[in-house]
Amino acid sequence: MSHTALELIELGAVFFGLGLLGRLAGRIGLSPIPLYLVGGLCFGNGGLVPLGDIGEFTSLASEVGVVLLLLLLGLEYSANELMTGLRRSWMGGVLDIVLNAAPGVAVALVLGWGAVGAMVMGGVTYISSSGIVAKVLSDLGRLGNRETPTVLSILVFEDLVMAVYLPILTALLIGVTFLGGLEAVAISLVVIAVVLLVALRWGRYVSAVVDSPDREVFLLKVLGAALLVAGIASALQVSAAVGAFLLGIAISGSTAHNATRLLEPLRDLFAAVFFVVFGLNTDPRTIPPVLFWAVALAVTTALTKIATGWWAARRAGIGKLGRARAGAALIARGEFSIVIAGLAVSYNAVPAELAALATAYVLFMAILGPIAAKFVEPVARALQRRPAHA
Amino acid sequence: MNVEVTPLPGIGVRKDFALRNGRRVGVVTHRDGQIELILSKSDDPDACLAELPLTPDEASALANLLGAPQLVAQLNEEHKDLPGIHTRQIPVREESPFDGRTLGDTALRTRTGVSVVAVMRAGQAHPSPTPDFTLTAGDLLVTVGTSEGLDNAVKILTHG
Repeated sequence: MSHTALELIELGAVFFGLGLLGRLAGRIGLSPIPLYLVGGLCFGNGGLVPLGDIGEFTSLASEVGVVLLLLLLGLEYSANELMTGLRRSWMGGVLDIVLNAAPGVAVALVLGWGAVGAMVMGGVTYISSSGIVAKVLSDLGRLGNRETPTVLSILVFEDLVMAVYLPILTALLIGVTFLGGLEAVAISLVVIAVVLLVALRWGRYVSAVVDSPDREVFLLKVLGAALLVAGIASALQVSAAVGAFLLGIAISGSTAHNATRLLEPLRDLFAAVFFVVFGLNTDPRTIPPVLFWAVALAVTTALTKIATGWWAARRAGIGKLGRARAGAALIARGEFSIVIAGLAVSYNAVPAELAALATAYVLFMAILGPIAAKFVEPVARALQRRPAHA
Repeated sequence: MNVEVTPLPGIGVRKDFALRNGRRVGVVTHRDGQIELILSKSDDPDACLAELPLTPDEASALANLLGAPQLVAQLNEEHKDLPGIHTRQIPVREESPFDGRTLGDTALRTRTGVSVVAVMRAGQAHPSPTPDFTLTAGDLLVTVGTSEGLDNAVKILTHG
């Protein structure tokens, strides 16, 4: 069998297998992300069947996956929505950072992973999965609920934080000095401010550059622009993902909606590869030793997210049941936790156990999140009733 | 009526208002145009009892159902001093031969003496339609005439 034939067969088997896993996830009402990770774990280093020949393709494809994940995240919100979100929810957002990054930071320090490890784990436990949360809210018919805008504006805030966090993390990972780190922060803040200004004032010109009535031309232009911006950002060491995210913010209006529709299938494809590659690079044998910490983090950060949502919803004047729903809806962690961990792993700046811990943690949280969101209401009602009867 | 408009970042817009009994009713409009009808629970005003996805056709049919009776009632009120004059709403059904044709094609006035005073479409009244107004399935014609003329008009609009 020729080399190409073998590669095609392996790649086909991987995609087909992912398709089956995705279908299974849909059947049992789960996000497919944890299953993709498990798929990756099974095939990779120390797994059942090591995949060798398609490594080059999959590693590039997983990079494209990250770029597309962040590009679509940027496309999802207009600059206006980001600004209102920022104004309306900055207090809840700050509480969110403090409560949810702290457990990750603490565990990393206890395990002796140093400042960089702490920064990475803080990000992993901080960021909710906006993909899973939005899907859960819509599946459970909660888009019309009064606490939903609060939940969404916290997600918006988290995404803005990502735009600042990722460049700082990149700077730390390549091992710059304290001053260099400050410089990276300053540069990224300036760039974000400029992009927001451009998007608010001249967003339609940016959109006009990539827009085209022809689907094919449009797809190629958007994808090309995203990869170009990501590549340039990466060369400037601001992190490819942030470049794509900012491009997404700058594209607005109907162009953004059309781009989202066109790119969604591509994102799903490449992001699936990204999750598998992350799983592949994680040795399943490193998971059991960190399992205790993963469970501890899962429990703690589920509670801290509930506290965040509860507090933010209470400020918005929502009743107790609504506060509980807002908190539980935010529990899910997913794609962006893996993006952060993946970035750290790619720079070889953190111990292998960190990838294992992040994998196990996201496995728990991506499964726990939707379940918690579903069952919070009956549980909260039961809790409310009990004191009344006693 | 005080309609509250709340942006839902990444999803769309929620527009709703409080009913007299304290419950909220409204719609969530997704960015891709999908409309959902929402109604809050009675025991938990923050939560929704139902979120019904509506197609554009269904939404406009519902809007007509809610909007047309008001118009008819108002017209009846105005005509109550004129005996023998009635107001009625007549739907243009999908099987109607006039789906996609103009109001002039029906020749309603010539054949029945009935006047079409407004066409309700997607919850909006198009008053005093001209003969070149194109009808489409789902429209409600608000008509004024004698009860015999109105019966004939219903037959014409259904069977041609």
